[in-house]
Amino acid sequence: METGSVFPQPLEPLGQQPPGSGAGKAAEDDGGGGKGSVDGDATSANPYAGLVSSLRAAWLSGKTRPVEYRVAQLEALGRFLDEKKEDILEATASDMGKPPFEAEFSEILLCKNELHETLNNLSDWMKDERVDRNLVTQLDSAFIRKDPYGVVLIIAPWNYPIHLLLVPLIGAIAAGNCVVSKPSEVAKNTERLVAEMLTCYLDNDCFAVVTAGVQETTRLLENKFDYIFYTGSPSVGKIVMAAAAKHLTPVTLELGGKNPCYVSDTCDVQNVARRVAWGRFFNAGQTCIAPDYVLCSVEMQEKLLPALRKAITDFYGPNPQESPDFGRIVGDKHFQRVQTLLHSGRVVIGGQTDEEERYIAPTVLVDLQPSDPIMQEEIFGPILPIVIVANMDEAIDFINSRERPLVVYAFSSDDKVVNQVLERTSSGGFCGNDTLMHVTLTSLPFGGIGNSGLGMYHGRFTFDTFTHHRGCLRRSMGREALNALRYPPYSQQKLGIVRAASEVKRKGTCTLL
Amino acid sequence: MERMQQIVRQARAAFNSSRCRSLVRMQQLKALERMVQEKEKEILAALKADLHKSGPTAYSHEILGVLKELALAMDKLPSWTLPVQRDLLMMRNEAYVCPEPLGVVLIIGAWNYPFILVMQPLIGAIAAGNAVVVKPSEICENTARLVSDLLPQYLDRLYLVVSTEAAEMIISQRFDHILYTGNSTVGKIMMAAAAKHLTPVTLELGGKSPCYIDKDCDLAVACRSGSCKPLAGAQWWGRDPAVGAGDYIICNPSIQSKRVENIKATLQEFYGEDVKSSPDYERIVNKRHFKRILGLLDGQKIAHGGEADEASCFIAPTILTDVSPESKVMEEEIFGPVLPILTVKNVDEAIEFINRREKPLALYVFSNNKKLIRRVISETSSDGMTANDIFKHSVVPDLPFGGVGNSGIGAYHGKVDFSHRHACLIRDLKMEVMHKLWYPPGSQKKVDWAKFFLLKRFNKGRAGLLILALLGIVAAVVAKVSFGSLLSAWVCVPSSVP
Repeated sequence: METGSVFPQPLEPLGQQPPGSGAGKAAEDDGGGGKGSVDGDATSANPYAGLVSSLRAAWLSGKTRPVEYRVAQLEALGRFLDEKKEDILEATASDMGKPPFEAEFSEILLCKNELHETLNNLSDWMKDERVDRNLVTQLDSAFIRKDPYGVVLIIAPWNYPIHLLLVPLIGAIAAGNCVVSKPSEVAKNTERLVAEMLTCYLDNDCFAVVTAGVQETTRLLENKFDYIFYTGSPSVGKIVMAAAAKHLTPVTLELGGKNPCYVSDTCDVQNVARRVAWGRFFNAGQTCIAPDYVLCSVEMQEKLLPALRKAITDFYGPNPQESPDFGRIVGDKHFQRVQTLLHSGRVVIGGQTDEEERYIAPTVLVDLQPSDPIMQEEIFGPILPIVIVANMDEAIDFINSRERPLVVYAFSSDDKVVNQVLERTSSGGFCGNDTLMHVTLTSLPFGGIGNSGLGMYHGRFTFDTFTHHRGCLRRSMGREALNALRYPPYSQQKLGIVRAASEVKRKGTCTLL
Repeated sequence: MERMQQIVRQARAAFNSSRCRSLVRMQQLKALERMVQEKEKEILAALKADLHKSGPTAYSHEILGVLKELALAMDKLPSWTLPVQRDLLMMRNEAYVCPEPLGVVLIIGAWNYPFILVMQPLIGAIAAGNAVVVKPSEICENTARLVSDLLPQYLDRLYLVVSTEAAEMIISQRFDHILYTGNSTVGKIMMAAAAKHLTPVTLELGGKSPCYIDKDCDLAVACRSGSCKPLAGAQWWGRDPAVGAGDYIICNPSIQSKRVENIKATLQEFYGEDVKSSPDYERIVNKRHFKRILGLLDGQKIAHGGEADEASCFIAPTILTDVSPESKVMEEEIFGPVLPILTVKNVDEAIEFINRREKPLALYVFSNNKKLIRRVISETSSDGMTANDIFKHSVVPDLPFGGVGNSGIGAYHGKVDFSHRHACLIRDLKMEVMHKLWYPPGSQKKVDWAKFFLLKRFNKGRAGLLILALLGIVAAVVAKVSFGSLLSAWVCVPSSVP
């Protein structure tokens, strides 16, 4: 989702974690071991070992398993979102100038959606799933038991610091796990809010919040977790997966990439411009699923530019810097990085910047080459480059020659065009004739493929992500005579009966296939 | 290295050009079925040469499972696109999840079931529409040679075989999914290599699968099933019904000796007086494993068996009693015809013992007490479990078979797990008035409307659809009336933006 490093800040001064946070707990448990100040050698004992083992003990005690416990924790999360709404809006505004509407929509509303979906369906999801049996197991009980993994780690990024922590957390709690949550240290105010306030709502025996910079997170990852859920950049995703490999820990990696947006010649240009502009400039472009660049013909570009100009003015007024509905870049380093990308191609809309405010105007670039710097990395800023292609086939080839993105967008009044792009490209998700909206559906899985990630979540898929699907067969002690068929000494006759009793017969062949 | 790069490039190009459609996949699966049926003799001969597997054993362990998997895949192939629910706001749109192939999948087989452990994942990968690179285990030379000869004869160039390249060469390449069957140590190496390319993995590993025998059970039955493990010899891994499972037994001391007597009686039933001359008893795969397994017997109390013959890699079915949890035989997966028995006072101690160790691939419980069985299931973790039998859970096609923790990651069997679930939302370019809810400038009114539309969900019952339609019409009208006028006021007066 992010470009560059997820952990760009220098190592946080030790011992300055907010009170009441899980990290504080780790310090207590270890007698401050690994914090540097007590034993003077941070590499000898892992500073989080105590925390992880106490959570594991809590999990083994079975505390998180009963549905009533999970519901109580989830409801507490709901109260956190309601009671601390203003604090959340304030913190995200301080961190990246997030407009209140965007914050309420993405950080509160969408989280509550996931929460309600989970609470409404948890009992059903937790149920043992009966499966079909063959002749040999016909009289037995065969089912899939939904077991929690154990102690899971969730590492969240800074761009939607509440949403991208809470939505996985909801699924992890619902699945009966104990959780270590690590909010992003880049969004400082939200990190503090989560560390101080979230812990007041959840059972601290089973759920901890750790505040950590780069080096501390590296130490955290040395511990054995039963599942790791990471949202961030592909380069750090590789580091997380390599750390997980040491313990054979399964992972979900929600990463990023350059999401292409193909606009065909037959479409309602003004509607397209509005939808694309909204998706691109939401949260000042700092969205993993934002349309990263547009692919269209020269003729369409000519119509699109005035339409984009109008849309931007409609949304933010003639001077977006004064609009309360337009955000800011999260930090100085990120601001520098995005500002440099303005040198690619030619600015036709926007282009103004203000370093003090970390403001970059909603910008559209043209005259781009695929080799330009802005086409080499995920932009993660309010800049929309337009790349010219002759037609849909060229657009599809262009998309397929690059890493598979988190989402592919296609705009056309002609359904066939949309379907062609869908069928001939590969991506985490797809949205035709709109941007961002596919993630508001809790019934659609959300995740990447290839460089944009592995695994998926949202709605039931989050619960399934954090659940181990355990195959169980309960047989009776009796009916031993039937079992004799499979014991040695073997014979062709026994084999014949075993084959008949356990095979899967083909249904009538479908001539269409 | 270059040859490996070329193979992967070829597979990727072939995959990209054909984007396997259902018809192509079905043809490949049918071809595989023909291959297994036509070449049955050759497959059985290779297994006999490699592992001393007798005809019926080899057929039921390796061929039957493959035919079952093929039948299941061919039946389920048509049912791909899964329609999913929509929200009120998305009424006029299409939202669905579409399983898509991942690309080029690498399958690394193991030596204990050299044919089926390559074929079953291959079937799943083909059914999902992927191109596949297969690396059968080089330890079973005959089966590996056969697989690399046969597959190109029956499948088209999308599906390639690698038999000679070293594993490190192969895994340095970029794949879109890796399925590895083997041990945890190499599993970690696989996953670390996959991490360099962010390649998802399925790791079918192992571990020590415990078998708890309650006092309240029919010991003779338990012993017969439990004996299956040593009965079929070394390569038992808790995977095959005829081979049995359970790396070690835990039970109360009072039933330990009875258990040993029962097993002895069962062994005689299965293999006769002289196990070595029974055609149904296998051999250890090679000298290295032979020596490793013999080493585990050092310092142990042998209640039965222990005979060995290096020349033929024969180890007799061996039972160890009063085994200590710290002994070598309890540290690693045995993978041989040695069955340790450990004693515990009761089920509480058994559960605690199991939970202190790495999560196993399988867990077995023998008891007449259903409550006890349910308790063991709830308070322990394993990839799969069977109560009152061994290994049978892996025979039920719709139960996922994989691993958890040290015993593995991911699962397959029956279900096609080599797909990417592509989430798709297709919206209407019209109905723009509904979109204005989301556009700046923001307002509390817009937030309230957004809450109304997003936080409610409707199910697709008949009554639900009708209400849905009515509400949609009402909502569209109201939005147009109230927002239409408000928005035109806002839009036309840019300076009034607060």
